[in-house]
Amino acid sequence: MLSVENLQVVDPDGRAVVDGVSFMVRAGEIVGVAGVQGNGQTELVDAITGLRAAASGKISVAGVDVTDDDPRERHVKGMAHIPEDRQRQGLVGALSVAENLVLTRYHDAEFRRGVTVDWGTAHDVAERLIGEYDIRTPSADVGVGTLSGGNQQKVIVARELSRDLKVSVASQPTRGVDVGSIEYIHSRIVEERDAGTAVLIVSTELDEVMALSDRLLVMYRGTIVADLDPKQVSAMDVGLYMAGSRPGGAA
Amino acid sequence: MKRIIAFLERLAKTNGVVLTLLAIASAMVVGAFIIVLSDIEALKRGDILSSLGTVPSAYWSVVTGSFGSLRAISNTINSSTPLILCGVSVAIAFKAGLFNIGATGQMLAGGMTSLLVGFSMSGPGILQVPLAVFAGAVGGAAYAGIAGVLKARTGAHEVITTIMLNSIAAFLVLWLLKTDLFQRPDRTDPISKLVDPAGHLPRLFGFLDGRADLVAHVGFLVALGSVAFYWWFLSKSSVGFEFRAFGLNADAARYAGMHTKRLTVLAMVVAGSFAGMAGAAEVLGTYGYASQNFAGNIGFDAIAIALLGRSSPLGTLFAAILFGALQAGGRQMQSTTDVPIDLIVVLRALIVMFIAAPLLVKAIWRVKVSATSDGQTFRGWGS
Repeated sequence: MLSVENLQVVDPDGRAVVDGVSFMVRAGEIVGVAGVQGNGQTELVDAITGLRAAASGKISVAGVDVTDDDPRERHVKGMAHIPEDRQRQGLVGALSVAENLVLTRYHDAEFRRGVTVDWGTAHDVAERLIGEYDIRTPSADVGVGTLSGGNQQKVIVARELSRDLKVSVASQPTRGVDVGSIEYIHSRIVEERDAGTAVLIVSTELDEVMALSDRLLVMYRGTIVADLDPKQVSAMDVGLYMAGSRPGGAA
Repeated sequence: MKRIIAFLERLAKTNGVVLTLLAIASAMVVGAFIIVLSDIEALKRGDILSSLGTVPSAYWSVVTGSFGSLRAISNTINSSTPLILCGVSVAIAFKAGLFNIGATGQMLAGGMTSLLVGFSMSGPGILQVPLAVFAGAVGGAAYAGIAGVLKARTGAHEVITTIMLNSIAAFLVLWLLKTDLFQRPDRTDPISKLVDPAGHLPRLFGFLDGRADLVAHVGFLVALGSVAFYWWFLSKSSVGFEFRAFGLNADAARYAGMHTKRLTVLAMVVAGSFAGMAGAAEVLGTYGYASQNFAGNIGFDAIAIALLGRSSPLGTLFAAILFGALQAGGRQMQSTTDVPIDLIVVLRALIVMFIAAPLLVKAIWRVKVSATSDGQTFRGWGS
């Protein structure tokens, strides 16, 4: 599972954009983080996945401290990351579908042959994933940038979720994706939870986090202001937390 | 016939080969105008026909001067060797999204380190030659590494630093050539000691007795080997994959766990090693010593070559051979037709200009080519 203790992330101007956040995601649990864009969720995900250094605090995966690890080391320790911006981060548009399907995994033992990448195996795996994850593409060799948004997102989901994981971090997993693909991606995330992975979903789509999460955290101005059971709480109340006030009381 | 047309259409759609050939043809047409206009005497006489006549003979002499005889081929090989190596140097940096303007400085650095081995040792050649070439690669790599480290550590843009390092290398060489270590004892001008005969790169056509005019040396084989390595590196190796991903999308490379600062340094170091070997080839193969300006304009021509070859291994090889052939053929053209060799410089510039303006070429030749360019991407100044 994933544990975050008293995490603080500071922006270049010295302001704390994530300010003392602590929470846990147990194995086989989906925890959602709701919030209005710009309340520290992006920085929180960057810190958990290693793209941004934590100013203080501790992040651990299955009891192992990963706070000082780079993204590669966290990947090796069983963390998957579905990034919020697929075209800027998640994919290299000019590379092929097959190459993008191993973008974070080419160094895994499965694909490594000495100093080379075993492109034969990579290609076989790509063909398999294209079938398994229903990626609509003319072939594994076309540029991933030519696919539709939904299929691009399925390439990322296929790559990130098709290995043994301990923790999966998904940021805006269905932003700008067609309805059919949204349902498919959601079902994959639920399957991943059922397989015993700790899943963290950060989304500005309130409906999405409410529907998927077993537990719902609300983030406001860099802190967690509420820890809710999505089955017991109304969207209205969550909305109030997101706006920085409290249901039935003053802010 | 139908099949040929279909093949040409497919070729035109899938890559820029046709566009490249049309760019070369466009450059030759403009070059023809320049040949006619530059013959002032004929123009004064109103005798356009005679200067028109020099156009085909000038171009023909370029062809015969570059491929028409064994000697011409040897000259072409000799001119192409450093161009291929520097072309690979620029191309491999391009692939990682870095603009290596510093091939000239890296050539100078590599040439000097190889020279040091070249005159310090006196055989056996089987040991000394590879060692000297290796020293050249190390010298170029270390020099390029400075720009790589500056970029990775401080964000200093490699275009600026490599240009500045070119000037530093030029004056460093000038100074070194006046030191006791390098300067030839009986000389007062900046010229180096001679490379030991055992340290010379063997002549490619050395088996032909008494043909001292065949100057091509085995540096050409090193260059071909470098192209083969570049192909393998890009298409097979893990680091080559990292270079490509990093060059196309640095954010995605970082997300994917690639160590982008390390890649920046590594890309410059690898690029520099090829340029350094070009310097070694010139010093150990062509000259046998170093003078002040042994790198010439090769490092800058290499930028045009990488661009023309779209940074692919084969494209870079062909572009470098084309430039080498123009160089070798240009000398022949100058001596047989009185058209100055400067025309070759203009032709090369025109080719690059037309390559950079694919829409212009399309408009001129009225062709429909779908792929404008899958070639080069650079990151902006901000990154």
